[in-house]
Amino acid sequence: MNAEARVKETQAEASLIEQFSKLAKDQGGLAAETREKAFADFRSAGLPHRRVEEWHYTDLRAKMREAYAPAEGGRTPEVLPAPVDDGPVLRLFIVDGQYRADLGSSAMPEGVTVSSPREVEVKDSLFPSKDAVIDLNTAFCQGGVVVTVAPGTELTEAIEIVHLVTQPETASYSRNRIEIGAQASVLVIERFEGAASDAAYQTNAASEISVGDKARVNIIKLQDEAKAAQHLDSVSIKVGAEADVHHFTLNAGGDLSRTQMFVEFLGEEAKLGCRGISILGSKQHSDVTLFVDHAVPNCESRELYKSVIDEKARCVFQGKIVVRPDAQKTDGQMMVQSLLLSEEAEVNAKPELEIFADDVQCAHGSTTGDIDEDLLFYLRARGIPEADARKMLILAFLAEAVEETENDRVIALLESKVRALLGAEEYAE
Amino acid sequence: MLEIKNLHAHVEGNDILRGIDLTVKPGEIHAIMGPNGSGKSTLSYVLAGKEDYEITEGSITYNGKDMLDLGADERAAAGMFLAFQYPIEIPGVATMTFLKTALNAQRRARGQEDLPTPEFMKLVKEKAKDLNVSPEMLRRPLNVGFSGGEKKRAEILQMALLEPSLCILDETDSGLDIDALRIVSEGVNKLRDPNRAMIVITHYQRLLNHIVPDHVHVLSRGKIVKSGGKELALELEENGYADFIDEEAA
Repeated sequence: MNAEARVKETQAEASLIEQFSKLAKDQGGLAAETREKAFADFRSAGLPHRRVEEWHYTDLRAKMREAYAPAEGGRTPEVLPAPVDDGPVLRLFIVDGQYRADLGSSAMPEGVTVSSPREVEVKDSLFPSKDAVIDLNTAFCQGGVVVTVAPGTELTEAIEIVHLVTQPETASYSRNRIEIGAQASVLVIERFEGAASDAAYQTNAASEISVGDKARVNIIKLQDEAKAAQHLDSVSIKVGAEADVHHFTLNAGGDLSRTQMFVEFLGEEAKLGCRGISILGSKQHSDVTLFVDHAVPNCESRELYKSVIDEKARCVFQGKIVVRPDAQKTDGQMMVQSLLLSEEAEVNAKPELEIFADDVQCAHGSTTGDIDEDLLFYLRARGIPEADARKMLILAFLAEAVEETENDRVIALLESKVRALLGAEEYAE
Repeated sequence: MLEIKNLHAHVEGNDILRGIDLTVKPGEIHAIMGPNGSGKSTLSYVLAGKEDYEITEGSITYNGKDMLDLGADERAAAGMFLAFQYPIEIPGVATMTFLKTALNAQRRARGQEDLPTPEFMKLVKEKAKDLNVSPEMLRRPLNVGFSGGEKKRAEILQMALLEPSLCILDETDSGLDIDALRIVSEGVNKLRDPNRAMIVITHYQRLLNHIVPDHVHVLSRGKIVKSGGKELALELEENGYADFIDEEAA
């Protein structure tokens, strides 16, 4: 027997090792060498656990009891989900981890190209730090999309990327890159769904997004995975000078979900808004971990995350804003607010600031509470039954995060989605 | 229509209401006056069904139904309406959505169909105009950024829209200047009806110049210590509440 420096592998780790040994390493356009290196890094660290600071509240080693084998490609879903709104849209489908050009929009408008990731793109990773989940993504990468938007393109269509899992008890690993040229204007809607709402499966997605100077970008992530799914998503965003970037995460599905975001400012006078809503129940565990690097001066970032947590669900928010020594005149405001609807619901909020510059305006805050009884009484005193009054107050609590996106299409889309999740469709204005 | 018998209520171990008896008939206006801390607001909250209070004794019967078994929303659907002393601001709840939801919830509770949106809009605009509630106010979130006077007018607008059979006005005059008081009072008087009763809770007599009561009751230390006609209010204005407080203390 080999001497092991680490504790014994978990069942999931052992499965991953076995699966990797059987993997056809030339798929998805990646060289075997890139995969081997990533897997070796993963193997030396193992699945992240609570003693790894970034994963303290989401002990993946304990939660990921088994690792499903990578899904086979080529399955065509019986039904493709309809677009989320009536607006113009370019549809791209990633089924079981692989980009399926045959299912989506047949032609792209001028300035937009779509392809699959290439070796050079994955090797030249935009992720700033080592992370076992990203290593797994690289090692097992099955495919994904590379979308480029040429400089100056003002796209009227939203780019919709639908990640769909058709096979229960499989794992999907996709690697996506979105390159938005200078002065382009784009709305990206990224959706994660399972073909069967009760299937257990694992998604490990990674997206690398680069935003050119003066570009205006809205990215909406709708995490609507099947109830028993485990969802791991790593997102890197590089923000060019004078760009205006809004990212929104709506977390609703999955038994376990983690969205980890790494945002870096590359040029001055850029604005970033990272916002999100998590609506959780049963025993769901949902984690949003955000790292914002103010590497250059004169940039602004707003982070606002709201969660509504019922039953035995647990919501984790970790947000770290780093202001580098040169990043004077940085304006960074981070807020996380949670509404606990049951005695057993739980939230772990950890907003952090690390400031190395002296002329900055930064703040962070966190609030946790339950529904205000006085507000509830006011609504009930007008004849609104308690259950409906609660829904109205939950919608009211969440409204701010949606409204701050300041894009009419995004607001309408998110509002209708949130109302549907809460069973409150009738409160449309 | 409303019968309160020997009503005792306490909150956090303090007895606030200590045996209230009051009978209100359709079409009547009852004023309840009293010094600060006499239990006036508590009485209004207990009637409306606020859950912070424990009812230790007594009963509230409305149109033959025991109200103590009902939640606030069920009491509202039964026809009770409390105009709040301090209407609450609810950011994120659009005023129109709130009005429509409330109206339709009450209609459903009574087995009626929802009011179609165009008719609802027309109704709100009509009533809003009477009360000098601007369309701009209706576009704002519920009570958010409203001045004191605007909030009170918005309360009366809700009342006019929901057409309750019993209106409880809790210190509706507080924070109003003379013009606002006139507009609000006119709005209330318009709702006077042989089938509708009102309980007007106030510290001062001046509101009762505008909304003239049939009966005046003096509340002190959680009990009605004196009842009379509208002239009792004038008497109180002249002599203050000192007589009643002393009487109780003695």
